[in-house]
Amino acid sequence: MAEKISYKDIFFNPFSKNNPVIVQILGICSCLAVTAKLEPAIVMGLSVIAVLAFANVIISLIRKTIPTNIRIIVQLVVVAALVIIVNQLLLAYAYDVALQLSVFIGLIITNCILMGRLEAFAMGNKPWPAFLDGVGNGVGYALILIIVAFFRELLGSGTLLGFQVIPQCFYDAGYANNGLMILPPMALIVVACVIWVHRARNKELQENS
Amino acid sequence: MENFNLFIRSIFVDNMVFAYFLGMCSFLAVSKNVKTAFGLGVAVTFMLVVTLPINYLLQNLVLKPGALTWLSADFANVDLSFLSLILFIAVIASMTQLVEMAVEKYSPSLYASLGIFLPLIAVNCAILGGSLFMQQREFGSVWTATCAGAGWGLGWLLAITAIAAIRERVAQYSNVPAPLRGIGITFIICALMGIAFMSFLGIKL
Repeated sequence: MAEKISYKDIFFNPFSKNNPVIVQILGICSCLAVTAKLEPAIVMGLSVIAVLAFANVIISLIRKTIPTNIRIIVQLVVVAALVIIVNQLLLAYAYDVALQLSVFIGLIITNCILMGRLEAFAMGNKPWPAFLDGVGNGVGYALILIIVAFFRELLGSGTLLGFQVIPQCFYDAGYANNGLMILPPMALIVVACVIWVHRARNKELQENS
Repeated sequence: MENFNLFIRSIFVDNMVFAYFLGMCSFLAVSKNVKTAFGLGVAVTFMLVVTLPINYLLQNLVLKPGALTWLSADFANVDLSFLSLILFIAVIASMTQLVEMAVEKYSPSLYASLGIFLPLIAVNCAILGGSLFMQQREFGSVWTATCAGAGWGLGWLLAITAIAAIRERVAQYSNVPAPLRGIGITFIICALMGIAFMSFLGIKL
């Protein structure tokens, strides 16, 4: 595999053509729950990039010594250890954001992107491509997170990263924030719209049924 | 009575899928027909009912600050809560292995239709999420934890069966725009169901 696909493709494919969220449909849970505001979405994206990259490298290094029967447990333990480190770091340096994210940092462990990439890529490739694959998929995930959070915060609260973006004169003229955007179901609709636009431009991804 | 209220609330108001978006991956992937969806729902419910009490006991007898005092008074200052993630996931992964073996032995047809998704229950966020919510909300007793687990499981079962039924109809009768076919329209159906479930939000039990 590593010879046929260039490193550049490994790194850039997950951005759009093979995006983990909107093409592989992995890691939806956290993608929807943390995107009501931009700031937690960015923190979550960075955490996933870090965990995914290092988990990929570690699993790739020990891939020949893991017995196949218990590989899921080994993978989970590696990921859980990394997530604990990230969680303690966030509690120490970004306490407010850590509180907003609450259980969702812990749920990175069960984020399907991690298991999917570890199973599909890290188990069969050398550490360096595995690292690139981890960072690429992490960035692809973070990208969707940020797009969704951008629209939800802009339309739902009229702010970006906590700063007021929509000027006061709009409100005076009768503009109102769309409270529906902050509610969880709208995250699904925003993701559906992203999929719609993406698949309209990449016709080969469309499904028949 | 309080436990019963919690049970009902976990099914409808705190529904795992529509209120917290947990377990979405398998929810979207396995909801193409009702039968498989129902089987997976039963498996998830069972896992929640089993793992939540075990993790509750772990949390209160081992992990909580000062929880080890029943061993010896020397441990009063020991706080192991940073280990909770790794222990919870170990319990869940090993229980999944057990359930997988049991299903394979007693119901081969269900085993065949669930296929890869049985081992994936281990990474179903609804189950780890249940344990983490249990830790966060500091439930009073093992019973409370079990009731919450059963409620969350049934809520998930209800949600996946309902959306599978809708998807079967959509695939047969409707003309969906090509880019939205398959997963796109499922997202939108799921969002509409989520909005419907929000009508339970105001109910106080």
